[in-house]
Amino acid sequence: MAHKIDTSHKLKFDMTPMIDCTFQLVIFFMLTLNYSMEEQDERIKLPSSELAKPVEAMAETNIMLQLTKEGTVLVGGDEVPVPGLRSVLDRERQALVSRKGGNVRDATIVIRGDAAVPTGTVQEVIQMAQKAQFEKFVLRAREPLAQEAPQ
Amino acid sequence: MKIKSHLDTNERLEFDMTPMIDCVFQLIIFFMLTLRYTAVEGDFNIKMPIATDAAANPDALPTIRVRLTAAPDGRLSGIQFSDRPVANFAELRQLVMDYVGGGRTPDQADSGGEVEFDCDYRLKYQYTIAAITAVSGQVGPGGQIVRLVEKINFAPPRPE
Repeated sequence: MAHKIDTSHKLKFDMTPMIDCTFQLVIFFMLTLNYSMEEQDERIKLPSSELAKPVEAMAETNIMLQLTKEGTVLVGGDEVPVPGLRSVLDRERQALVSRKGGNVRDATIVIRGDAAVPTGTVQEVIQMAQKAQFEKFVLRAREPLAQEAPQ
Repeated sequence: MKIKSHLDTNERLEFDMTPMIDCVFQLIIFFMLTLRYTAVEGDFNIKMPIATDAAANPDALPTIRVRLTAAPDGRLSGIQFSDRPVANFAELRQLVMDYVGGGRTPDQADSGGEVEFDCDYRLKYQYTIAAITAVSGQVGPGGQIVRLVEKINFAPPRPE
């Protein structure tokens, strides 16, 4: 006996809850997207500090120097050895000065050093930046993870 | 005259949601792949002297000199607070608190004092940051930061 299917009766389901959930997910992922993290290199394992609180405003004239434990510096997408940093900083200074209203004194050097980098290297980088006439420096640290004991 | 709706209520208006759902799933996949969990980062200001005008202020607190020595493997081997040996960072913080005067509250600005760090070349940077944390402030019971000394300075680097 042939079984007859009634094709005129279409099976429908309500998609509203699924679309609701999907939009919630889109909004969540959009809000957690942080473009300011783009310039941070994952190779750098920052030292932790309980006083590290979110940076409120990033100045346009910040120059990020990321020190790897291999002894190189990541700056503006380039990787240079520490002795070669001077020419890069001179170039950055020239770029700042040539910009309208740009001043080297307003620029801040942000140092993201790996926790295992020798402190002497960080000091050498600061000295080099001073010779290139930069005056403001900040050292960046990260907030300790929940499982880390406070210092 | 009663206007008759031309819509037949028995026939529901339908539209194809497939392209919209496709787009939304594409968005979800994009945002999921770009999601990165990173720890919150914060900054410590460093004041490196080029023109020393601080000496002109007679009311300023004298500069504290903190010496950090390193073992051959880069680990911290000793701390000195103005030539006085210190056991750990907690004791260093206590000495700095005594120096700036106790009873500081979270809403106060920093003490105006200055700390100069003199570190061995090979000392791992994490210990320097820990020492800077100890002298810069303390997290109070309510999670607020009590500021101690925010003028941080480095002595010239020691030879390797």
